[in-house]
Amino acid sequence: MLIGHQPKPFLLAVEGLTVSFDGFKAVNNLSFYVEENEIRVIIGPNGAGKTTVLDLICGKTKATSGSIQFRGKELTKLKENQIVQTGVGRKFQTPSVFEDLTVFENLEISYPRGRTVFGSLAFQRDAAVKERVEEVAEMIFLKDRLDTYADQLSHGQKQWLEIGMLLIQDPELLMLDEPVAGMSVSERAKTAELLNRIIKDRSVLVIEHDMKFVEDIAHKVTVLHQGQILSEGTMEKVKNDPKVIEVYLGH
Amino acid sequence: MINSRFFNRSELIGFIALAAILFVILPLSLDVFRLNLVAKYLTYAFVAIGLVLCWGYGGILSLGQGVFFGLGGYCMAMFLKLEASSVENTKIQSTPGIPDFMDWNQITALPLFWQPFHSLTFTIAAIILVPSLFALIIGTAMFKRRVGGTYFAIITQAVAAILTILIVGQQGYTGGINGMTDLRTLKGWDIRPDHAKVILYFVEVVLLFACIGIAQFIRLTKLGRILVAMREQEDRVRFSGYSVANFKIFAFCMAAVFAAIGGAMFALNVGFMSPSFVGIVPSIEMVIYTAVGGRMSIFGAVWGSLLVNFAKTGLSESFPQLWLFGLGALFIAVVLAFPNGLSGIWADYVQPRIDRLLASRKSKPKDGWNSVADGAPAE
Repeated sequence: MLIGHQPKPFLLAVEGLTVSFDGFKAVNNLSFYVEENEIRVIIGPNGAGKTTVLDLICGKTKATSGSIQFRGKELTKLKENQIVQTGVGRKFQTPSVFEDLTVFENLEISYPRGRTVFGSLAFQRDAAVKERVEEVAEMIFLKDRLDTYADQLSHGQKQWLEIGMLLIQDPELLMLDEPVAGMSVSERAKTAELLNRIIKDRSVLVIEHDMKFVEDIAHKVTVLHQGQILSEGTMEKVKNDPKVIEVYLGH
Repeated sequence: MINSRFFNRSELIGFIALAAILFVILPLSLDVFRLNLVAKYLTYAFVAIGLVLCWGYGGILSLGQGVFFGLGGYCMAMFLKLEASSVENTKIQSTPGIPDFMDWNQITALPLFWQPFHSLTFTIAAIILVPSLFALIIGTAMFKRRVGGTYFAIITQAVAAILTILIVGQQGYTGGINGMTDLRTLKGWDIRPDHAKVILYFVEVVLLFACIGIAQFIRLTKLGRILVAMREQEDRVRFSGYSVANFKIFAFCMAAVFAAIGGAMFALNVGFMSPSFVGIVPSIEMVIYTAVGGRMSIFGAVWGSLLVNFAKTGLSESFPQLWLFGLGALFIAVVLAFPNGLSGIWADYVQPRIDRLLASRKSKPKDGWNSVADGAPAE
């Protein structure tokens, strides 16, 4: 596969991606491209393979065939931590933060320095770290809770903390799996505001069911159905696609 | 909490209390026989401290720490045995100059792998390096393949069983089931008389505090926090850009080194080493010491080792058959009722009372001001 062939240098190029679990093709010959600074939302009915696509990109699941190129680098060959180091960040559906650590410590662990065993032994909590942690904590509305243990946070706050943990890594591609699921109305509004702020200068891949939220943020929408792309384009185009209405939006 | 000091207040109290007891109170109040017994118990404290890092912090339950205790112990015992087997001491053997058990097993020359143990420098290096290398191999093989949890625990058990069988089976090279006995001198210095036992006790306690220091240092670095993070949310650590396997290997190797130092001190203090300290049962007992002391507490590990062993000596003398059942019951009771062990009981029940006592005494002269300051951070 020649990278030079592509008309535009895509940030992320997924081509012919297939994964099969015991013969069941959760993702089937999927191809899509994400540009720099693009916000792409993936929607689709349950079991369409949305989360699996994110799992494949971040290395949690190994692809059966196909390629995922990020800035021309093949991700399918890399380990999870190496994928993170190339600049891909992933937020999980259920908030996964370190509950036995404080908000500060959670953010500090995600700070991209001292990631090797001996690097982490020599890691110093210097002014640069503190400043960055405080800056991100302010962004995620947790500035006055830095010393709080994460298990004391509300569901929404945990989601924000995890988003903050990604922000501090400063990834070029941010992948969010249902960032507003389970949030209260006010938390939802705040999260939308937060996401709108953090998506500047980076590409974002979001899975979301909340159509209002999708309309607010999406540049382009990809509709997945049974592991394949059903429709792709602007929200307007996708909304009026009869196939999409039939399998997804019509409900 | 921003940790800027090496010990916080309650840890400092724990440190001073332990240092006072081990350095002053026990040596002054116990006879040499009992002090030597304490030295023996404390060799397990090294293992327990390692388990605090590996199991308590990192969440890696190893039921095979006896392997590393044994490797350290055997390295030390090999050196001591060679020194005890000088040509002069062994002239009645058919091959003088080799350990007695080799002679009994018709071995006529010192095996190649025994040769370097003539050197004390090599031996000390081996005590550290052999177990860490072995842990590195097991750790790499397991953790890189993402074998963890109970599977890992079972495999460590198997390793402990295999090593025991190997030692027992190769008795010409290892002394077999009897182990290496009749260890006499260290560089010509007799380790058997009372004053030597006292000196060895103090050497051991100094080493123990060195290990406590190292463990505390690791705990306070970012690596310590990554271990905690890994125990809870392995995937999140991975997706924060860390190689989880490498951190697990490190914790496992540290635990192995601590265990090996304990094993080496065991050989010195007790004067022999045998496969009965390597296998499955001793390995599980070591986990019990850690659990009883509190698997998150470095000092707790030392207390757990001392108290369970005192209880073991006391009870196994009077009820030899019941002891193992008692130990098992103790483990189950601790895990079910007090998952944080003695240190958890201390932190939950004793410490708050002491704090309240101190606070009430302090707040009287300066009333109001202190209580506001105390109440503020509570959230």
